[in-house]
Amino acid sequence: MIQLSIDKKKIENARAHAKEIVTSLDWLLQDYTSSTIERTVLRLMGIDNAIGETPIPNIVVDHLIEKKAIERGSAYWVANAMVAEGKSAQEIANGVAAGELDLTAIPAQANEAVMKALDELTETMLNKIKAQTKYREDAHKKFGPRKKPSLYVIVATGNIYDDVVQAKAAVREGADIIAVIRSTAQSLLDYVPYGATTVGFGGTFATQENFRIMRKGLDEVGEEIGKYVHLTNYASGLAMPEIAAMGAIERLDVMLNDAMYGILFRDINMKRTLLDQYFSRMINAYAGIEIQTGEDNYLTTSDAIEKAYTVTASQLINEQFALISGIKHEKMGIGHAFEINPTIENSFNYELSHALLAKTLLPNCPLKYMPPTKFATGNIFRTHLLNGMFNMISQMTGQGVQLLGMMTEAIHTPHLVDRAIAIENAEYVFNATKNFTDEIEIKKDGFINKRANTVLDEANEFLAGVAQKGLFNAMAEGEFADIKRTEDGGKGLKGVFKKDANYFNPFMERMKAELNLN
Amino acid sequence: MSIIIDPTKIKPYGDTLDDGRMQFSFSLPAPANEQGKEAAKIVLSKMGLDEIEICYYKDLGEGFTHFIAYANTSVTVDLTTIKVKTVETPVMDMKETEEFVENNIGRTLTVIGACIESDAHTVGIDAIMNMKGYDHRYGLERYKCFNALNMGAQVTSEELLAKAAELDADIILVSQIVTQKDIHIKNLTRLIEMAEAEGVRDKMLFLCGGPRINHELAIELGYDAGFGTGSYATDVASFIAFHYAEKK
Repeated sequence: MIQLSIDKKKIENARAHAKEIVTSLDWLLQDYTSSTIERTVLRLMGIDNAIGETPIPNIVVDHLIEKKAIERGSAYWVANAMVAEGKSAQEIANGVAAGELDLTAIPAQANEAVMKALDELTETMLNKIKAQTKYREDAHKKFGPRKKPSLYVIVATGNIYDDVVQAKAAVREGADIIAVIRSTAQSLLDYVPYGATTVGFGGTFATQENFRIMRKGLDEVGEEIGKYVHLTNYASGLAMPEIAAMGAIERLDVMLNDAMYGILFRDINMKRTLLDQYFSRMINAYAGIEIQTGEDNYLTTSDAIEKAYTVTASQLINEQFALISGIKHEKMGIGHAFEINPTIENSFNYELSHALLAKTLLPNCPLKYMPPTKFATGNIFRTHLLNGMFNMISQMTGQGVQLLGMMTEAIHTPHLVDRAIAIENAEYVFNATKNFTDEIEIKKDGFINKRANTVLDEANEFLAGVAQKGLFNAMAEGEFADIKRTEDGGKGLKGVFKKDANYFNPFMERMKAELNLN
Repeated sequence: MSIIIDPTKIKPYGDTLDDGRMQFSFSLPAPANEQGKEAAKIVLSKMGLDEIEICYYKDLGEGFTHFIAYANTSVTVDLTTIKVKTVETPVMDMKETEEFVENNIGRTLTVIGACIESDAHTVGIDAIMNMKGYDHRYGLERYKCFNALNMGAQVTSEELLAKAAELDADIILVSQIVTQKDIHIKNLTRLIEMAEAEGVRDKMLFLCGGPRINHELAIELGYDAGFGTGSYATDVASFIAFHYAEKK
């Protein structure tokens, strides 16, 4: 493995600044909750289904918001009603949805009885999630660990059943991770759609049914060829923790789950996003799901050389947010990308330097490396070559997950054959350069090493500034990706609530305890 | 001796004039064997091609096979009769556009850009509008002659038109990246119909862009111009400048 020569102190400093940025938000993470966090609690209590387009968890939480009772948490109210009425959580929720039950009008039941009801539900669901985690671990024991770099491909037909066919074909070609692309419109939906998607645009919705359908397909093909195939989707947007919970239940293995992406690139309120990512990452940590972050977005928005330090800074912030939710480094797929303008002289040296810096900062993380997209032109032959260079850097720098570039990037969502060609490209390059880096060293006074040091210095300075002024102010000033976001702007703020003294989230409590968090 | 090309009868060119040689790559739900190969040949043959050579095939799994082929076509095209609608204004660089607007229009033009409706991909609108621009061409935000606002992604047609009214916009610039099941056509149509219903269609210049958009399609959909793959901020800015200078 090639090594950069970087003063360890510099890395420690940068990490300390990132830690300061994240810990200064403790007041928010501990004292507030959100509508989607409360809907997640209900889903984990076993409440599902929808009336028309509206999921029942939304109806119950909206009811509690209207009654100004959400501050106590949704768990208590439903459990109290369960004890009073002698019904299941789903039956209680159905009663609310039918307009027959006012949860706040039900007399308070004996505390022990309410707690007992909650304990039972918590136990049931957490056991179910643990069983899924065990299934994954057993499958890896049986079939071996995931390849490194893993081959990650997307399916995006908009029809989950077509997606299954394409995913299975990709697995037979050699794919290790299948990402089901989510319909572009979902991030701004303040609910999780219900049922299977057969007509989606730019992807399918992340729904529990879609998760189940794809999981089944991948398990089938995996059993057949002797590999445990990882499934990934997106826990992001206004229903982030609900999607994480569904993923935990349906045994997804990887989740896109960035701390700041929604704020910057989807204009979701910052308090809302940070709260939601905190709980969703905790669920992912509990379920042994690997998270991935979206630093590539900084480079599609800004120049990849000039703003390389924003990637580094975001990586370190994402790391700290992940740590406080209980995610271990080996499940932290911190992101970056190959997005430098290919007409720049020595662009490969820059890319190598940046990728090596990411690996140096986060040596134990399965880094997720994103392919060239911004300079893909429709010239499929040139894009195919760019992807080959991208694959070479991944192999040389020990990336964890290689999101395969498609030669038809900028033209259409991948065709069956595009994916096969991408896999062939990666397999060829990985194999051809397998031990290449055992033979070479990075010159201490050479461009690659100097460049990595420069980026880290810039990131350090940037993080110090953000730590000083606070993350919210830095975002308001447009420090990240030149996008300005204010503390009380963006979507979803009205779904943020201060917890009252009696607030209780049984799942978060149990997860914190089992993950040894504070 | 030199080869003589007859522009009224051109044909694909491989390595010899009029050989009609073309390259194909496609997959079929057919097995990766001689039977599948024959099926691939028949597909090309039914397309009217001959001298068909399936030079490569590979099993893609799930019953699909990828074929790469070469074949000859006999069709010819008369280049002299082809007329396409394209943006015909000359392209100026940023400085030239700024000077041109100052001299010929004499005021700042307000441009509002957005990636509309369900589309969440800002890469196109950002490339044209962001200060930094794309591939060494600054975006419209950098131009002194424009008051440019990039509303980002997932902006509804309602929001876009409301903002245009609020800022008394001169130009609306719409990007559509997602094209699956022709969603871009539906979104672009929705915006233009709404603008017509609100009686503002002719008060502003409506421009659109994206990987599957060209000028001809844009005109057909009721827009003033369309910019496809390979368009830069300079193309859009020059079009705007000439259009407003002419209008004046």
